[in-house]
Amino acid sequence: MKHKKAKKYGMVIDLDKCTGCGSCMVACMAENNVPFRKDESDKLLSITWMRIYKLTNGKPFPNTDICYLPRPCMHCEGQHEGHSPCVTVCPAIATDYSSETGIVSQIYTRCFGCRYCMASCPYHARYFNWWDPVWPDGMEKYLSPNVSPRMRGVVEKCSFCFHRYQMAKEKAFMEGRRKVEEDEYQTACTQACPAGAITFGDLNNPNHTVYRMVKPDPKHHGRPTNPNAFRLLERLGTNPKVYYLSSREWIRRAGDNYLKSESIAKKPAHHE
Amino acid sequence: MDSALIPKGVKRCPLWQFILLICVVGAVLLWGVYAMLLCWFKGLNQTNMNDAYGFALWIWADLAVIAVGGGAFFTGLLRYIFGKDELKNIINYAVLIGFICYSSALLILAIDIGQPLRGWFIFWHANVHSMLTEVAFCLSCYFGVLTIEYIPLILENRQIDRVPFFHHLGHNMHEMMAVFAATGAFLSFFHQGSLGGVAGVLFGRPFAFREGILIWPWTFFLFTWSAAACGPCFTILITKITETVTRKKLVKDSAIELLAKISGWMLLTYSIAKTADTWYWATVTAPSMGQTLMDFYSNNPLYGIWILILEIVICGFVPAAILITKKGRKNSLALWIAITLATIGVCINRWVMVLQVMAVPVLTFESWFMYFPSWQEIATTILPVAYGVILIAISYRYLPVFPNEPELNPIETLPAEEEEAVEPSVELEQELKPAEA
Repeated sequence: MKHKKAKKYGMVIDLDKCTGCGSCMVACMAENNVPFRKDESDKLLSITWMRIYKLTNGKPFPNTDICYLPRPCMHCEGQHEGHSPCVTVCPAIATDYSSETGIVSQIYTRCFGCRYCMASCPYHARYFNWWDPVWPDGMEKYLSPNVSPRMRGVVEKCSFCFHRYQMAKEKAFMEGRRKVEEDEYQTACTQACPAGAITFGDLNNPNHTVYRMVKPDPKHHGRPTNPNAFRLLERLGTNPKVYYLSSREWIRRAGDNYLKSESIAKKPAHHE
Repeated sequence: MDSALIPKGVKRCPLWQFILLICVVGAVLLWGVYAMLLCWFKGLNQTNMNDAYGFALWIWADLAVIAVGGGAFFTGLLRYIFGKDELKNIINYAVLIGFICYSSALLILAIDIGQPLRGWFIFWHANVHSMLTEVAFCLSCYFGVLTIEYIPLILENRQIDRVPFFHHLGHNMHEMMAVFAATGAFLSFFHQGSLGGVAGVLFGRPFAFREGILIWPWTFFLFTWSAAACGPCFTILITKITETVTRKKLVKDSAIELLAKISGWMLLTYSIAKTADTWYWATVTAPSMGQTLMDFYSNNPLYGIWILILEIVICGFVPAAILITKKGRKNSLALWIAITLATIGVCINRWVMVLQVMAVPVLTFESWFMYFPSWQEIATTILPVAYGVILIAISYRYLPVFPNEPELNPIETLPAEEEEAVEPSVELEQELKPAEA
């Protein structure tokens, strides 16, 4: 039997299209039963699997420019498969890297809340449940039955709506198929974005839109060959599966740290 | 009243004074216990930690107490493996301090995790690639070793020692202590190192990340080294504090000076290694990730370059220079300064490798994260200190912690007093006699 190439699900976010409306955040919270509190003013205590950052070029009017940057979990692959910053450090294997999908999972019932994964994640994509979830009266009836709510004291994060992948696989199986089509597995944020700024698919599949958009270079850990595409903190060697597109150089430069003398084109990677 | 329990040939304060001390420190302990219960029953929302500060005061406290508790393994190594016989006069106290430090670390860890009842998952579902797993295993095992090392001292209590079984048990445990000392040194090397590895492997955090050998970042070796250097300084510091409080000379100068000398050389070599590590990190590692040294020490209200100078120069090279010179070691004030600075230095190092790692922004569009602990965090961090004071007070009063004490502090008492102070009444003696029949 011919060995089937593993999938590598990833996301491409076109920052030139993103308006910062927050639909992706709302959709994500509703889809994944993300808890919230009455007072969400302290954003360092809020759980936002998908979070939108507002970036500015720092220039005075009339040259001011801004950009909204949605940030889900990057589902880092690391320098070799599964060497994500968070997966390697978890002492209880409560977070795992799927070699079948490339998705970094979080096993809530295994996590005992040491928060080492949070310390290791440079993207602040991991969140701790400082409180038990409390839903407004009646809202528990609207929770998604496909996603388990999390209890106090464990870490959670974006799962690329993994339950949707499971459901798509089940559907395909029931229909006698082995293959999950591109449109059968899409994340909630992708579908909710009114501007169509988010695209989701298999980065290993040349027929998928995400592949065509960024043209990942397999020789360099999936680094994009599209000159307008970049990944956050590329130089750290985390090898994320979330790509960003922008025609504006200052935004691409904001995606990573550079010495003053360095040009963005140079992009030296520390771990290579 | 409790004179039958007090070791022979030594004098202790009146019982009421002792109880008063225990009550005062016990009140602080209860405050910490209350905060601990709040954290356990209400959750970690009682703290000022947040999603940027997953690691905070408690992890620092853990790393710091384990570092300063390193005096136990290093003194044991010198005494039992390298045959530095003079250190037999301080080894008991080093073990006791180590026992307090390690039990405190385990307690703090139990408070720090979000799901304390799942704490055993770290052993049951162990991820062998995680530095924290190595920490958990070696730390627990070494705590077991320290307990084994502490037990013979408990068995030396006057009344316990009268029981033949305990007497022989204690004697035999003493005989094989070299095996445990070697085991302790082996385990300590790994858990002190893996605590360094906890920060060093964070390749997503340029401030913490270090290259190294195979799977071990340089911080692995630096943490072990610094614990071996500064742990004995802390042992000496606590000994000096105990001597000041009890107004007695408890350990011979020769033992203190030998330990101080070895610590001094360890500290000097460590400071050189730390300087080299910092230099390489600042000029090669960080720039390769697009950051300069000053990116980590500017644009924030607290962390300036001063903290690096304080850690390496003032609390590294300066105490090392004092301790490696005979004149420095023999000068009481200089010795006090040196051991205090060395202890502060290793605590600053642990602070930086935990708190500053969390504070430094990595994403270019984020800014520094600052944090101040809640009273619950502070109380639970002071809790082990209070527990340590109580355990030291009880051990000092009832156990022969300092073998030189009777010799260094001969008791000149009237015959009548002597009878009362040293020899318990016949009635009491009979009461406490073990059931030999």
